[in-house]
Amino acid sequence: MTVGNGIAREWQRYTRRERLGRFALYFGIVLACVASLRTVEIIPEFLYDAPEQVADLLRRMWPVEWHYYPKGVHEVLIETLHIATLGTILAILMALPLGVLAANNLTPSTTLNYFAKFLLVSSRSVNSLVWALLFVAIFGPGALAGTMAIAFRSIGFVGKLFSEALEETQPGPVEALRSCGASWLSVFIKGYWPQVEPAFWAIALFRWDISVRESAVLGLVGAGGIGMAIDSAMNLFQWQRVALMLVVIFVVVLLAEIVVTAIRKRII
Amino acid sequence: MPSGLTAQTRPPAFLPNWPARIAWIALIAYTFYAASILDVTWERFVTGIDNGMRFLARMVPPDTGASKLQLLAKGLYESIEIAIIASALGIVLSLPIGLLAARNLMPAWVTWPMRLFIALCRSFHQVIIAIVFVKAVGFGALAGILALTVASIGFIGKLFADAIEEISLKQVEAIRATGAPFMSVITYGVLPQVLTRFVGFATYQVDSNLRNSTMVGMVGAGGIGGTMFAAFQRFDYDFLLTILLAIIAVIMVSEALQNRVKKLYQ
Repeated sequence: MTVGNGIAREWQRYTRRERLGRFALYFGIVLACVASLRTVEIIPEFLYDAPEQVADLLRRMWPVEWHYYPKGVHEVLIETLHIATLGTILAILMALPLGVLAANNLTPSTTLNYFAKFLLVSSRSVNSLVWALLFVAIFGPGALAGTMAIAFRSIGFVGKLFSEALEETQPGPVEALRSCGASWLSVFIKGYWPQVEPAFWAIALFRWDISVRESAVLGLVGAGGIGMAIDSAMNLFQWQRVALMLVVIFVVVLLAEIVVTAIRKRII
Repeated sequence: MPSGLTAQTRPPAFLPNWPARIAWIALIAYTFYAASILDVTWERFVTGIDNGMRFLARMVPPDTGASKLQLLAKGLYESIEIAIIASALGIVLSLPIGLLAARNLMPAWVTWPMRLFIALCRSFHQVIIAIVFVKAVGFGALAGILALTVASIGFIGKLFADAIEEISLKQVEAIRATGAPFMSVITYGVLPQVLTRFVGFATYQVDSNLRNSTMVGMVGAGGIGGTMFAAFQRFDYDFLLTILLAIIAVIMVSEALQNRVKKLYQ
């Protein structure tokens, strides 16, 4: 291993354990892909005539039934937007206390932190469609179930990011306020809030954007919004109407993104 | 303290921010308006709680009959297969697509169609894409795989293209200056700068695909979702709980695995 006698020292970037771990990872990935490809049930005949089927679908969708918009789409579209917005607002209201509970610097109790984090994780683990199924069973079909589904799915997302933002705050202003004897609420509003406010709005807008996309499909399980109209149009093979609704969703999602970007630029 | 700087002459430390207050009031007003439009009333909420209690009572204990467990295992296995194949396809495809969509590397006539394609992949929810693919390729796992692949391209492709647009062009120019061909510029100038972020997006998407693969079955695109929706429609709520618990367990295991993988790369 001496450099003096001309024998080059062999440098290795990673330890043997790291290299073995990575090799095991790559091996595992390849193994998983191969195993899945070998056992997955794909009927090749279905794959061969896929181009024909797609062409057939597009032919049935054309021409798009534009004049149906004021009659059957506008109302459910507005309902979808209300579901997304109200759901997100409810989620933020419920996520704020949970985020505070999950942040270790605001709630110095590991038990409470873990309790709040458990609630946040379970909210995120259940998909919004599954939440919608549960709420349809509870509240019956309609927009209320959709709103609650969006709200409960969003709590985990907003709460997790908000608690992380809280944990990253500087303790300086907080200590300054505490040293003048400020109450807990004053410390939160004037010490923590100004530091997390940009992050908070970014999270809220980001989640609203996602909620708009998700609220469009909740109707497939009966939770209100444009999804219900898509579902019934598909069941009746009215593909021209389905095409119209897909176009409408595309436009709304694009508009939502533009709005979010514009607001972000203004307030963050 | 000099007498000129008494508390009376000092401006208040926290000035009221009227535009923000008006925005808050507008937001609260909207909340009540939307709640009234959507028929979100306290009464419905109370009856809902009552229903919910009965619903929960029918869910426990979870159904663990042998035939049900077999059904569960089959569905879950298919979901995981869908997630793995779709992730692999999506990651492999989004690498070139992301490169082609980066405006600092490609001419506008390439980036525009690519950006539009990515936007198209992104703007539809996986379930809607799955519906279209169920029509195109029939019921079963293939529709789910294709739907999640499209969704993966939309997500990784966009973030990857954005990441490439943020790179420092100095290294790219240095490699170009040596007369390297285009592919070498990509492999030695661009990829080393963005590969870690690409891996990050890819792992995130694997996780997301796993969650979504449990759901595309609801529209007939294979996996546990179909079993779950059937159990729901047959009021088989105790089996529904078994499925939900199994899905949560799978996701938690996958998150634990991901943490191990992340540690490996730190």
